[in-house]
Amino acid sequence: MKSRKKTEERSVLMRILSFTKPYSAYIVFTMIFALISVALTLYAPILTGDAIDLIIEKGKVDFAGIIPILIKFAVTVVITALAQWLMNLCTNKLTYMTVRDIREQAFEKIQRVPLKFIDSQGQGDILSRMITDVEQVSDGLLMGFTQLFSGIVTIFGTIGFMLSINVKITLIVVVITPLSLFVASFIAKRTFNMFKIQSETRGEMTSLIEEMVGNQKVVKAFSYEDDAEEKFDVINKKLQECGVKALFYSALTNPSTRFINGLVYSGVGVFGAISAIGGNISVGQLSCFLSYANQYTKPFNEISGVITELQSAFASAKRIFEIIDAKEQTPDAENAVELEKADGRVELKDVKFYYDPKIPLIEDLNLKVMPGQRIAIVGPTGCGKTTIINLLMRFYDVVGGEISVSGYPVKEITRDSLRGNYGMVLQETWLKTGTVFENIAYGKPDATMEEVEAAAKAAHCHGFIKRLPKGYDTVLSDEGENISQGQKQLLCIARVMLCLPPMLILDEATSSIDTRTEILIQQAFDRMMEGRTCFIVAHRLSTIRGADCILVMDKGHVIEKGTHEELLEKGGFYAKIYNSQFAV
Amino acid sequence: MFKLFKYLKGYVLQSILGPLFKMTEATFELIVPVVMAKIIDEGIKNGEKHFIFVMGAVLVLLGLLGLACSLTAQYFAAKASMGFGTALRKDLYHHINTFSHNEIDHIGTSTLVTRMTSDINQAQTGVNMFLRLFLRSPFIVIGAVIAAFLINVKLTLIFVIASPVLGLIIYLVMSYSIPRYTKIQKKVDRVSLLTRENLVGVRVIRAFSRQDEEICEFKDNADNLMKTQIIVGRISALLNPATYVVVNAAILAIIWFGGVTVNVGDLTQGEVIALVNYMSQILLALVALANLIVILTKASACSVRINEIFKMKSSVTDENNAEVKQTDRENSVVFKNVSFRYNMGGDYALSGLDFTAKKGQTIGIIGGTGSGKSTLISLIPRFYDATEGEILVDGVNVKEYPFTQLRDKIAVVPQKAVLFKGTVRDNMKWGKADATDEEINKALEIAQAKDFIEEKPDGLDTMIMQNGRNLSGGQRQRLTIARAIVKKSEILILDDSASALDYETDAKLRKAIANEIKGLTVFIVSQRAAAVRNADKILVLDDGKIIGEGTHRELLRNCPFYKEICLTQLTKEEVMRDEK
Repeated sequence: MKSRKKTEERSVLMRILSFTKPYSAYIVFTMIFALISVALTLYAPILTGDAIDLIIEKGKVDFAGIIPILIKFAVTVVITALAQWLMNLCTNKLTYMTVRDIREQAFEKIQRVPLKFIDSQGQGDILSRMITDVEQVSDGLLMGFTQLFSGIVTIFGTIGFMLSINVKITLIVVVITPLSLFVASFIAKRTFNMFKIQSETRGEMTSLIEEMVGNQKVVKAFSYEDDAEEKFDVINKKLQECGVKALFYSALTNPSTRFINGLVYSGVGVFGAISAIGGNISVGQLSCFLSYANQYTKPFNEISGVITELQSAFASAKRIFEIIDAKEQTPDAENAVELEKADGRVELKDVKFYYDPKIPLIEDLNLKVMPGQRIAIVGPTGCGKTTIINLLMRFYDVVGGEISVSGYPVKEITRDSLRGNYGMVLQETWLKTGTVFENIAYGKPDATMEEVEAAAKAAHCHGFIKRLPKGYDTVLSDEGENISQGQKQLLCIARVMLCLPPMLILDEATSSIDTRTEILIQQAFDRMMEGRTCFIVAHRLSTIRGADCILVMDKGHVIEKGTHEELLEKGGFYAKIYNSQFAV
Repeated sequence: MFKLFKYLKGYVLQSILGPLFKMTEATFELIVPVVMAKIIDEGIKNGEKHFIFVMGAVLVLLGLLGLACSLTAQYFAAKASMGFGTALRKDLYHHINTFSHNEIDHIGTSTLVTRMTSDINQAQTGVNMFLRLFLRSPFIVIGAVIAAFLINVKLTLIFVIASPVLGLIIYLVMSYSIPRYTKIQKKVDRVSLLTRENLVGVRVIRAFSRQDEEICEFKDNADNLMKTQIIVGRISALLNPATYVVVNAAILAIIWFGGVTVNVGDLTQGEVIALVNYMSQILLALVALANLIVILTKASACSVRINEIFKMKSSVTDENNAEVKQTDRENSVVFKNVSFRYNMGGDYALSGLDFTAKKGQTIGIIGGTGSGKSTLISLIPRFYDATEGEILVDGVNVKEYPFTQLRDKIAVVPQKAVLFKGTVRDNMKWGKADATDEEINKALEIAQAKDFIEEKPDGLDTMIMQNGRNLSGGQRQRLTIARAIVKKSEILILDDSASALDYETDAKLRKAIANEIKGLTVFIVSQRAAAVRNADKILVLDDGKIIGEGTHRELLRNCPFYKEICLTQLTKEEVMRDEK
């Protein structure tokens, strides 16, 4: 188990390193500069020690000897600083460029995977991988590159330098220091539990706040404020208690390691002084040791932090790679046709489809749609109406049978040109963060202002757009929160109006537009639908009545098919829902 | 930041003792170099091993004392800062609860959630770090300078020059990079936004075959982010090397001038080493201070955001309102020339509304989106105050009621079907805390929700997940209706709350409400003509005005707009039949 985890970590590491390949020069430079700066940082105390040895007492100061040492010292310091800076620059570049590449690859992948991947993985999950996890990797890499390597070099360098001066005192340092690691990991283990409790309580708190504050209007309507505050207080108190513990215990690490650092320092001081009496080392060398003792524990403490950070970065990287490695959709066939303008014929022949083989959904669906016909898809919410859209737009491929457009099987048409022949208005209105103009011109980025205005007028949104603070240049932010749901829908319609493709897919597009505007839109749609094949997913029976064919769906299956009259006569499911509208 | 310090009130002792203990610890740390100097100057020079051991013991003792002080300080800081966070959170939540819909619309609930959670957490961390470190670093710097002064007055000059230079470097680097970090954060947000947008809109993007353009846009943004990160990184990478150079320049000066001073006999070798040590301590302290400033900057930005919320006062209050007595036994709700606008400069959302709802009547309200339907009904429970005119409930102006008395009379089923985490029973009890199972079941029956709840193995104990994720939209709506019915109020408001129900269930529901609950005044807001056509009175709203008032038949005859709506939704024959 453990070894498998190890190999897994190694493979993730290799993967990350493969991303840094284009920038391998930076890695080499990082290492060179780290070596230089560490070596010189360690060399500086030796020089100061040497200088101090020349300052003995009154009248016994060897100025002639000090000057060259100080000059050396000055040069060393300047080079160290320079090397440090260059190293930082390299690691910065290395990290940020690598992370950018990872980001871009993941994003590109999202555009190329089959929709099935996104639907089954869940948007929230993918999103957190692409945002939180990428950030985590970025932080981890930066820390790893800057501190891990130089930390290790410092540790071994220090030991080397110390050994070259005095073996016995070095032993003291080497023996006591791991104690600090031990203490740190001891505390970390103890605090882990408390942090877990704290973060659980915090999660509880957040979900309560999200629920209550997020639905403040309901809370108000039921005068539930006091009860909510009571519930809040209970969790708040709990959070306070476990928070104090977690905070206190985690804050133990620093003073404790500092204390051990102090022990090392005292040990070096005492034994150094005694050796100095015996003449084994000079006072200057002792001072050099003391400054090593001060900086020796630091990389140890840092490295344990870096390793934790790297571990979580690896875990995050693994999650991102799962996206980057996702299988892409099958590319368009090589001889795929570029469908210029479909004639509006759509044929479904023995279509079979399911999301999960265990749950068959559509079986042997046959449908012949002639140019200009209207097909209505009806049924209760969640009946699988979107499945039909998924298949028509080829967001999903059929499992069996065939769909053809203009006489070509869709698999022999390029996806882009197939989709370009459909105008789609979905129930979930999606707008980009961008100006109104950009949104309407989304399907035709080179559209002129006149064309966009004409489309907006046809969709009856010109009026409210004009009333927006900057008209067509108003930026719609955060998925269009600054305009109403109905207005969003109108913009989506305008977006399709601009392209006017030969076939239309309308998914309850009019459900949240007010009745009056709806009438106008209906008229515009009627004009637009003239000569165009049209698939309408709708709740409104009035829209359905005029359809050439109605597909009645329930629980994912197409259960009835026919015209309004035929279906009423049949007295089945459709007849039931139709008649119920007029109950009471 | 300092404004919020009042929340440390219950923790005054801890807030004072914490930093004091921290300073004591720092003092011990400052003594260390002096002791070491003694070891060198007296112990080594005179070959006194015993003295060296004693001094070594002193060093360990100093360390132990320091550890004890530091732990105590840490504990006090943890206590005080958590107490601070808890009190602040409680107060802020209470404050948010006083807001009317006006304020909530203005700020937005998601902002409120972030202020309550991450902003307060940041502020809390800020307080903790402040108590732990803020006094320590300057204290060490000053202490080191004083110690140097005690050792040798002239050489102190080096400290007096070096410390401000170090401070200046840190200040410059930070004042350059901190504001730019917010810029970076904005770019990170932008990249996140694009990612989210592309995931949510994946179907539309593919429908318009815009994948390549989206990739380009994303790359531009990711590149831009990277460039900014590198540029800012270039400057902040200067911090360590620059301070390193300054400190070592100072050390160089200490050695040189120290040598000169030793030569005249005013200084010892050990004291030179002590001075070098003090210099390094100053550096460490200042670096810690720099990190602290980053945390404090964040915390103070957060506290500004928290204070914004505190500054906001509810525009609708029931202060000084005592329990009122009903004065009108016939009319339930009366609107007298009511006009309303959401904010002062804006257009009127409602203008000149006049109507009366008698007790026991069902009032239908129909009209397009943005016609003011929801606004109208949210004036009745006084979620907003009317800008002009007055609204009477049971003959008394709603502004004279205490909130609880008014809102107990009214049950609202909001457009968005919101349920809360907990059992079905818990949710039902929102309306009436002491509701019996019998009452709940009755309400579920009326709301057409009994069947599907009974089908669940746990019945009323079925757990509802957050936001009712484990239920369908229609099920959620029926439960919210049941919750309102449990309340047994005098007025029931259904704000387009049956939209996810099929026509059959919708009709059954309305029938059950009409038959089962006597004397209830019902407001039904809908876009469906079928939902309102049996109402005692239908109000037709357009652009905030009532353009038609009457029964279904009356309106078909004299309100062309209403007729138009009906014609799109019902068959011509039906409309003709109803009109007669």
